[in-house]
Amino acid sequence: MGYPHSHELEVGTILSRHFGDESARRLETWQEYGGYEALRAAVKMDATEITGIVKDSGLRGRGGAGFPTGLKWSFMPQEPNGPHYLCCNADESEPGAFKDREILRWVPHLLIEGCLIAARAIRAEHVYIYVRGEYFPYTRILNDAVVEAYEAGYIGADILGSGWDCELTVHIGAGAYIAGEETGLMSSLVGGRAEPRVKPPFPAQSGVFGRPTTVNNVETLAAVPMILTEGAEWYRQWGTERSPGTKLWCCSGHLERPGTYELPLGVPLRDIIYDVCGGIPGGRKLKAVIPGGSSTALLTADELDCASTYEGMQEAGSSLGTASPIVMDEDTNIVRAIRRTAEFYAHESCGQCIQCREGTAWVAKILHRIETGGGRLADIDTLYDLCEQLTGRTICVLADSVVFPLRSSLDKFRADYEALIGGRP
Amino acid sequence: MTKKIHPAVVSAQPFQVANLRPIDRLFEDEEGKDRLEKAVSRYPDKRAALLPMLAYAQERNGWVSPDSMEQVAEALELTPAFVRSVATFYTMYNKHPTGRHMIQVCTCVACHLCGGDDVFQAFLQATGTRAGETSDDGRYMVMEAECLGACGFATAVQINDQYFENVTPETVGDVLASLEEEGE
Repeated sequence: MGYPHSHELEVGTILSRHFGDESARRLETWQEYGGYEALRAAVKMDATEITGIVKDSGLRGRGGAGFPTGLKWSFMPQEPNGPHYLCCNADESEPGAFKDREILRWVPHLLIEGCLIAARAIRAEHVYIYVRGEYFPYTRILNDAVVEAYEAGYIGADILGSGWDCELTVHIGAGAYIAGEETGLMSSLVGGRAEPRVKPPFPAQSGVFGRPTTVNNVETLAAVPMILTEGAEWYRQWGTERSPGTKLWCCSGHLERPGTYELPLGVPLRDIIYDVCGGIPGGRKLKAVIPGGSSTALLTADELDCASTYEGMQEAGSSLGTASPIVMDEDTNIVRAIRRTAEFYAHESCGQCIQCREGTAWVAKILHRIETGGGRLADIDTLYDLCEQLTGRTICVLADSVVFPLRSSLDKFRADYEALIGGRP
Repeated sequence: MTKKIHPAVVSAQPFQVANLRPIDRLFEDEEGKDRLEKAVSRYPDKRAALLPMLAYAQERNGWVSPDSMEQVAEALELTPAFVRSVATFYTMYNKHPTGRHMIQVCTCVACHLCGGDDVFQAFLQATGTRAGETSDDGRYMVMEAECLGACGFATAVQINDQYFENVTPETVGDVLASLEEEGE
């Protein structure tokens, strides 16, 4: 399934089965669809058992980094000496990504159920769902679902008569991309500027309110209920050994049928673009695609035969990221597109690290100069130099994120840069 | 009109709305006290209610004034300087009053590829404003937005708490007309 279009590869529909079905938002309907059965099972299991199943399933974090979820949960202290917290990262703001909003908007109860099961697995007493500020319409939908779930006894004290208590609070941000970074999110949630911090300490040691915390992405948590009811082996029928399961792909840019599609991991990127999304309008050729959201290296038309897995995209020289291909047709001005991307990072830099604060703005400025005819050949060397300066030298990876699209565009489309520069030394 | 809000969602109320209910003293009426008390009850540390309370100030007044920041600081026992540093970090807290309809056109990379810049220009033209300026009648303010998270539905436009998708320069007029029909 997908939204707003469906596709023919309907083998794996865990998350998107009810996309487009407004009635699925209501608890009554959701229960008819089997909702909260996984929670019923979970309250009879202990934390280790739940974590074990998720570990076996091989589920990996869907927020971009791809860290194994069960392993992350197992880092939480086994014998709590105080409260633990779960933060659900719904601060979706990677350019190209719009998958979490489809979960919030169509299947909010699936997310709530996933949050509660995860909370049980990490012995958390409170779940905070941090939703990006702009998502007002989807936050409203989530809010309604949370209130329904509270009233039905799925959240709160003595959940389903099990004696287990867990609270859940929806919390909205206010427009900061960096609040999607795990430590930035925690800084923001506790009432500060969304400034990332150095790790260690890792969130599992000291997170929100100085307590052990796990931060999981919306899509990760939404996959948990069915893994629990159907089992790890069932989940592994899709994908590969290292990238099991299904993944939401949000496809944008120059496509015939852009939108969100749920696909088993491993479908070749070319098939996603041409079969699932119908290729490029007007039969135009593809020039480049940024495959995993704006912070991933772009691929050219010759590089599309890679498997859409964490390892496959890495072998192709890019990254799965948030699985959000932004497709650019043959008429695209690459310098302009990368300039616009760089402006995003310059705008969203939190300003703590000099390399990032200054560097991202310099990149945007130089690209703008090249785009508008004032560039020099030396600018290309300066951009490469900036790529070096922006890599691995900052608290978080926002600075690195601008390097991936920038460097790959310089490597693969140098001629486009040179054509705009016109030989000025 | 005070709605009864469940404590679990009090920190997640849309705060960019057309129908303002201006108030000078944020936490002296029943609604303000209720919001504050409920928000604070959800966190082990009062400070965590800061973003929700800044949001509440904007929901009521349409922006977060220096005076509102001071009231929030006092309510949460924080320094005004700290509250100001947080309020100015986040782009969605308006530091000045805006037009009644805050029109944010996504021109980030995916929408940009699909003509977002033209949609932005069309909104400026239709409203007779310049970027970030309120129209003379106080109705509109048009701004460029970074990624709104609706990349497959380019061009995405957010107007207050609503999303408009697949907007083209040709449909800008319809979008504006739909705002008026709502009688806001």
